Amino acid sequence: MNSPGNNLKDIPILAQTEEACSVGNIRALLTEITARLEKLVINGETGMIDLNSLPLAPGEYELLRLTLGQGEVSARIEAIGPSEIIETRYPGVWWVTHYNVEGDIVADMIEITHIPEILMSQPADFSEGLELLKAQLNEGQS
Amino acid sequence: MNEHETLGERLAQQGISRRAFLKFCTAMASLMALPPGSVTAIAEALVKAKRPSVIWLSFQECTGCTESLTRSHTPTLENMIFDMISLDYHHTLQAASGYGAEKSREDTMRDFYGKYLLVVDGSIPLNDGGVYSTIAGRTNLDLLQEAAKGAAAIIAVGTCAAFGGIPNAKPNPTGAVAVTDIIKDKPIVNISGCPPIPAVITGVLAHYLTFGFLPELDDLGRPKSFYGETIHDRCYRRPFYDQGKFAKSFDDEGARNGWCLFELGCKGPTTHNVCATTKWNGGTSFPIESGHGCLGCSEPHFWDAGSFYSALSMSSSPLKLATDAVVAGAAVGVAVSIANRLKKSAAKSAHQTATIADLEK
Amino acid sequence: MNQELFLTWVRSTGLDIAIGIFVLGTLWRLFEIYSLGRKTDLAVPKHRAGASGLHTIFRRSLPPPGMFKRSTVSYVAGYVFHIGLFVIVVLFAQHIKLIQGLTGLSWPGLPSQFIDATTVVTLATMLLVLAERINKPVKRFLSTFEDYAAWTLTFLPVLTGYLATKHLLLPYTLMLSLHILSLELLLIFLPFTKLIHVFTLWGSRWYNGNINAKKGVPV
Repeated sequence: MNSPGNNLKDIPILAQTEEACSVGNIRALLTEITARLEKLVINGETGMIDLNSLPLAPGEYELLRLTLGQGEVSARIEAIGPSEIIETRYPGVWWVTHYNVEGDIVADMIEITHIPEILMSQPADFSEGLELLKAQLNEGQS
Repeated sequence: MNEHETLGERLAQQGISRRAFLKFCTAMASLMALPPGSVTAIAEALVKAKRPSVIWLSFQECTGCTESLTRSHTPTLENMIFDMISLDYHHTLQAASGYGAEKSREDTMRDFYGKYLLVVDGSIPLNDGGVYSTIAGRTNLDLLQEAAKGAAAIIAVGTCAAFGGIPNAKPNPTGAVAVTDIIKDKPIVNISGCPPIPAVITGVLAHYLTFGFLPELDDLGRPKSFYGETIHDRCYRRPFYDQGKFAKSFDDEGARNGWCLFELGCKGPTTHNVCATTKWNGGTSFPIESGHGCLGCSEPHFWDAGSFYSALSMSSSPLKLATDAVVAGAAVGVAVSIANRLKKSAAKSAHQTATIADLEK
Repeated sequence: MNQELFLTWVRSTGLDIAIGIFVLGTLWRLFEIYSLGRKTDLAVPKHRAGASGLHTIFRRSLPPPGMFKRSTVSYVAGYVFHIGLFVIVVLFAQHIKLIQGLTGLSWPGLPSQFIDATTVVTLATMLLVLAERINKPVKRFLSTFEDYAAWTLTFLPVLTGYLATKHLLLPYTLMLSLHILSLELLLIFLPFTKLIHVFTLWGSRWYNGNINAKKGVPV
């Protein structure tokens, strides 16, 4: 029977190789993305897929990155930690990854939309920016 | 003490942009397994919510739950929850100590009576009048009962507060019990785990802030959105389980290929938590992915459920009766055999030869 | 008592008691049967090729001439579910682990999908066997409570095991506990019902073969 503990020192440390052990999640995800993209085309309905809730096998996440690829747009937001937004090689399919200050992923979404909402300037912030601009102009005048 | 301001006002004070707030809400929605499309609604609700007062009582615990929640010194999205709430009393995190700290707690309980959130970690010892864990000369039992009176809801963080935890394991020398064993008249959420995943703790707090009530609970008082499924249900090694590909010992060929750890004692099938999806250390990994079976730490009495290395299909403790049963069985068998033989020879000696005269009777 | 405590109980105390009674009961019954001994046979034994106790042990596994056509279902279904039970109990990795924990012996198992299929077939044939018993008038007439009880005691572990692994009907922890409990009930009652044929059939076949071999008849 197993009795670990006595020979912990004997267990060699091996680094995981690049070969992914795929268990079929990539294909399933691509199918869902395709379906949602169709909806976007037909009636403009946007969609979001939360990657955090999917149990991807090690290597499948990287495989998904490779599969979806990189399109024409990449953006970076700095708000309590960085957020990276790219349009994948399939227009309308965006990949939004939110990191906290320490670089841990706190949210990972695939958005099927015209543009992810977080990329757009927020109306709530307009007025504040407006105030600051006006203050800047007043300063310049006097 | 004034009423706390709304979250929106607090965020504006701190110079947190709407975009940053949206990012926080996205993270919270992902955490609470809410549909990603609901982020805007969550943001709108949160912005208008009043910051609730929170008292955190630490009892017979190892502080692992607080450690789990406060992993860093720099502000992170998880820690933003502490900006969202007004944490008015917490042993490890507060700057005050002694009478000043106790007074702060008493003031909060009085000013926000019926409205404050009570968070408890650690079990409550009951033996010998509860002397095994006291704060400022008062037993945990006493403190809990007093604080619970004015609480809007109680959040029991960690398996100790939720189910008794390690102090409650055999032989339970301090008479440790869970919060639910003492408080019967308040809504209680059990966030079990040893420790719980930090995101789960913040997720429940965020839910309360957003919606004003506690999330839906299972029959053990745990929020269904985090404890509705077992590790086994979401484990990425499940295909190997279904095919019967098991690692036989640590670091053997099967283990290196990432095969299922059932035979090495993994309690994933009977353990409810989100470790398989949310994972630990910001999504780095979780025990099974790192090659060790699940301990079942979010289930009650997991310390007494047999070895962590004996599979679920094995017995959880060595058999005690088997050898005695062999002896007893043999003894009974021999005894019955002797009785049978005696019966046989008695019948034989009682045998009377029949004669024609008997037949003609 | 909550689900987790119940599971721990069936895995420890329950199993202990069940195996204890099983061992006690089996030894008692076997002692009881075989201690009766045999009357000394004073006749000169006749010899015939193919007639011996050992021959009969194997020959009795085949249906006697003509019986297969008369009771096809009994023989086919009977064989299928017995082999199925053997495969499930002895070639399913999780069960091998249980045996290894108790005895130290282990061997490789079959892929789980194979065991799944075997379980479905076993459940179906056991239901068929029960239907036969109820529908055939002679069988129904001969059947007692013990026959139906023995069937139930054997059927429940297979059914609950399948429901547990497929996460059907009840929450997994409870389903698993019921599976282990049903097995414990089987173990407890086995030595005291006709299920003891597991151990006694070898002796019975040998005895019949031997007795008739001495008379020069292969059976």
